[in-house]
Amino acid sequence: MEDIALSFPDIRNTVGNIPVEWYKDFPHIGYNLDGKKIYKPIRNKDELDDFLDKMENPEYWRTVHDKQTGSDIVLSDDQVELVNRLERGLKISDVMIHPITNRPADKRSFIPSLTEKEKVSKLVHAIKMGWLKPRRVEDDGRGRYYDLWASEDSSILARHRMHLPAPKIPLPGHHESYNPPPEYLFTDEERALWEQQDPGDRKLPFVPRKYSSLRQVPAFSHFIHERFERCLDLYLCPRQRKMRVNVNPEDLIPQLPKPKDLQPFPTTQSLVYRGHSGLVRSISVSPSGQWLASGSDDGSVRFWEVCSSRCMKMVQVGGAVKSVAWNPNPSVCLLAVALDSVVLILSPSLADKQVILSSERLLSAQQEGEEPAEGNGSVVWSEAEGEELNQGVRLKIQHPKAVHQVVWHAKGDYLASVMPDNTSHLQVYIHQLSRRRSQNPFSRNKGLVQCVSFHPIRPYFFVATQRSIRIYNLVKQEMTKKLQANSKWISSMAVHPGGDHVICGSYDCKLSWFDLDLSTKPYKMLRHHKKAVRGVAYHRLYPLFASASDDGSVIVCHGTVYNDLLQNPLIVPVKVLRGHVMTHDLGVLDVTFHPTQPWVFSSGADATIRLFT
Amino acid sequence: MGGLQKKKFERGSATNYITRNRARKKLQLSLPDFRRLCILKGIYPHEPKHKKKVNKGSTAPRTFYLLKDIRFLLHEPIVGKFREYKIFVRKLKKAYGKTEWSAVERLRENKPTYKLDHIIKERYPTFIDALRDIDDALCMCFLFSTFARTGKCHVQTIQLCKRLTVEWMNYVITSRSLRKVFLSIKGIYYQAEVMGQLITWVVPYQFSHDHPVDVDYRVMATFTELYTTLLGFVNFRLYNSLNLVYPPKLDSNAESEPKEESEDDYAMNSESYLEKLSALSASLARVVSSAEEEEAQLDHFPTEGIRSAQMEAREKELKQQEAQKKLFEGLKFYLNREVPRESLAFIIRCFGGQVSWDKSVCIGSTYEMTDETITHHIIDRPSVDKQYINRYYIQPQWVYDCVNAKVLLPVEDYFLGVTLPPHLSPFVEEKEGDYVPPEKLKIMALQRGEKTGNEQEEEEEEEEEEEEEEEQEEEEEDDNGDEEDDEEEVAEEKNLKKMEEQRSQGKVIFKVTPGKLKVENKARLEQEEKAEEKRLAIMMMKKKEKYLYDKIMFGKKRKVREANKLAAKRKAHDDAEKAKKKKARK
Repeated sequence: MEDIALSFPDIRNTVGNIPVEWYKDFPHIGYNLDGKKIYKPIRNKDELDDFLDKMENPEYWRTVHDKQTGSDIVLSDDQVELVNRLERGLKISDVMIHPITNRPADKRSFIPSLTEKEKVSKLVHAIKMGWLKPRRVEDDGRGRYYDLWASEDSSILARHRMHLPAPKIPLPGHHESYNPPPEYLFTDEERALWEQQDPGDRKLPFVPRKYSSLRQVPAFSHFIHERFERCLDLYLCPRQRKMRVNVNPEDLIPQLPKPKDLQPFPTTQSLVYRGHSGLVRSISVSPSGQWLASGSDDGSVRFWEVCSSRCMKMVQVGGAVKSVAWNPNPSVCLLAVALDSVVLILSPSLADKQVILSSERLLSAQQEGEEPAEGNGSVVWSEAEGEELNQGVRLKIQHPKAVHQVVWHAKGDYLASVMPDNTSHLQVYIHQLSRRRSQNPFSRNKGLVQCVSFHPIRPYFFVATQRSIRIYNLVKQEMTKKLQANSKWISSMAVHPGGDHVICGSYDCKLSWFDLDLSTKPYKMLRHHKKAVRGVAYHRLYPLFASASDDGSVIVCHGTVYNDLLQNPLIVPVKVLRGHVMTHDLGVLDVTFHPTQPWVFSSGADATIRLFT
Repeated sequence: MGGLQKKKFERGSATNYITRNRARKKLQLSLPDFRRLCILKGIYPHEPKHKKKVNKGSTAPRTFYLLKDIRFLLHEPIVGKFREYKIFVRKLKKAYGKTEWSAVERLRENKPTYKLDHIIKERYPTFIDALRDIDDALCMCFLFSTFARTGKCHVQTIQLCKRLTVEWMNYVITSRSLRKVFLSIKGIYYQAEVMGQLITWVVPYQFSHDHPVDVDYRVMATFTELYTTLLGFVNFRLYNSLNLVYPPKLDSNAESEPKEESEDDYAMNSESYLEKLSALSASLARVVSSAEEEEAQLDHFPTEGIRSAQMEAREKELKQQEAQKKLFEGLKFYLNREVPRESLAFIIRCFGGQVSWDKSVCIGSTYEMTDETITHHIIDRPSVDKQYINRYYIQPQWVYDCVNAKVLLPVEDYFLGVTLPPHLSPFVEEKEGDYVPPEKLKIMALQRGEKTGNEQEEEEEEEEEEEEEEEQEEEEEDDNGDEEDDEEEVAEEKNLKKMEEQRSQGKVIFKVTPGKLKVENKARLEQEEKAEEKRLAIMMMKKKEKYLYDKIMFGKKRKVREANKLAAKRKAHDDAEKAKKKKARK
């Protein structure tokens, strides 16, 4: 550049070799020899001019812009030659005829190189051995697809048959629309609930939104997420073949005989016996079916006429009555009452003279004989006197502990009483009325006794403890069977008049039916009640049984027992009887059937007794 | 004494399963490689029936694979490729470390690649199997084709996805197999019927994605690798089935003019070709230029009674389908620039309509906005300056609703600036007892060809609703029946008690009150009796069956409850609207 500038002495710039940018902001570029300013040429060439120049000016290629003077200079032929030579790296103007060094060429410059040969042979060997591959031809994927399924005969492997295809993504509903019907949008409450819920519990994974037009719909922020989760499901989620239950729910309901065909059974509440002021714990019907005795927490025993609901007689016994039991022998008229630690024998004299006489005879049979038996010492028999005698109390059997239940033998001479106690073997006494004798049949404590019962025909004795029922043979004095009730706490028990079936209710809402010939496990467990079962009863003649529960209902079931040993009993619930009012969380406490009619009595915590016919 | 002792967990189900870690060790693969292999080969974990037994007595949470599956993987040639790739990476690293650039170049040239053809063939032995599983592939490819080139995945993958999806859409257009479309808040759902298989896919709206950080793109990329291969082969086969040229070529004689114009705007010819294809406005070239598609005509077989009824139904359905295919035939659409061009062009072309757009929006527009023969102008802005009188200005939802209703809906509800009717999902099939939105009822009436005035219909609906309510109330009454009886009894008892008290106090009041005649409804009595019978029978159910029964009934009741809730919500909304209208009138 210097040379080129030198060849134009007339506009020599005297500023020297300095960066041109220093004069950027001035109108001049430097000073000439005379000390005058050299002004920048007025340049208004823009890109377009430059381009036009390039196209049109044949000298363009040899035109150079001199920054120092700011002018365009067209190079001469010599100068172009010089530039070309400089580019080639030759500074010297002419090629000299003599070499600078006279050294002859090496031998290696004209014989083939050994190292190169070695290298080539290595490559050749590598190609031969297949180690070195020729450059692959890149295929862009255009032609790489073909008819893959051209031959569809291919074997369907076992794996394809075992393959569990991933379920497809469920199709979107109206909720997902960008403009859903208004009922599908969330209300404020639903929105709040949705936000509170754990993402896993939400029914919808998104909030339905409404946009008035398509242009307002934004991008869905979870789109990639959802796709990714689908991917994860596809390769990570364990799959299992699940059989979907596809049943008509109506088919699940068992086909039972219609209750209408199983009549008679009690259907309506017909009488209410009012008079007690405390909850009525126990009721009992006289064998004739004319009288009903009830014992209540208000300390009275009342005798009702069944047909008229009239209270014929009331005996104040002075203590909460736990249990009453009418002597099942129709030729006597006696009632056993359990209160505190005493068992009273009442003679209500509500029968004809013959019967009253015979019962008096039974009571006084022992008196005429010898002295009262010494007994065990803990049980004391005594005669009632004075006021009590007037009220009808004949005998008092004093027990060492509180008595919870009294039960008669079918013959009417024996009487069993229960004193639940966890710690001693003195829990059950069997009293003989005619000889005024008491005995404790068990010498060992086998658990808390809940209730006892006599076999209606044979000399068997049923003892229900908390979890099981034991059957003792009274003659052989041994246990014959132990029934497992499969319930937590037995509350009550009843024996079928045939003697081969037992039902027991439990506080965990269950009723179990045992077929003694079948097994020691329940033949049927009935979970009909919502709350604890308090009492159960069999009808003496009709194939009926009833259970009373704390939920205030009495459920009457039909239970036919066949004589044929091969046929199992048929159990059909026929009626749910309601009427008792819940008081202190207690509903029905006791239930019993009329001895001859298909009627059922129930006593409840609301101090009433009800008759359903 | 009794032979060898049997050891636990050496037979039975414990030997059929293998945990993931053990499987990985058996295959001698790293976890990412194992994952990739499972994805490609379609191996998934199985849930054993007795987990504890399989887990050798432990209850630790483990995933189990079938041992057979893992053995099957042992023979996979692609496992060898994975190892080769591992070695390649190691060599490359070494070359980089030594700064041997020629070695790097050589290695890169010989980068090991693998093909998935045999895996596709093995996983889907027949073409129909492949079609059944193509939903996910389509969704994934459509998603990837919308990605920007931000480095989340290879640019080639994005381009390949774009190409394949465009090919797929062109196939659907040519075969006219689109059935349903749905504008959801997530994206646009399409459903097509290809060779008897219903295929559904969703396309996100055209926005740039903000990529979530907790998504593993390597997993997605592996799936996409498989899916692109699958979709490519499926496309090839589908194109062949229609006698179309694959890779697709535009029909040269039909659409030559617009192509010529825009040739120079694009630098690369191949790129412009894909753009033109993706404009979806031109038809495709065929191998054999057939003039008319032969219509499938059901042959008549001489059959009796029931069969013929079935046949009739099928014939009717076919007829309806044919009609749907020609839904937009003869209509000329023009898309304004703010509507989703690709989606609308796709749908309109699928049903035989003609479509165009502004030249600056996209390549491939066929006519100008000034064209006088345009029948529908799709527009999505509140107002427009210059309107032509001989065309409808409608909002885009009309197109989607028409497709779903299978008839051309009245355009009045979709005019410019009008509040749109709700957009319903076409995928919901209401069964008996389900809630049906009133709009759907209206559309169904339209489909049946009934043309009733709107007001009348509304009235009818109202009546219906009222009836429904009454029914509900009645039902409730039925439920409450017993309780009422109880209440009566309680009242009676109260009376009795009162009387007793009075008697006990010595005030005996004799009073004869007029009795009421109890009217006994015979039908109702019978019903009650039946209900009681059923209740008693339910009590006697076995525990297992009771559980099942309760579950089924609970589900049923919940369904009813939900339907009622929706109906109530709708009613409340309608009432509020009415009140508003009244106020406005006043």
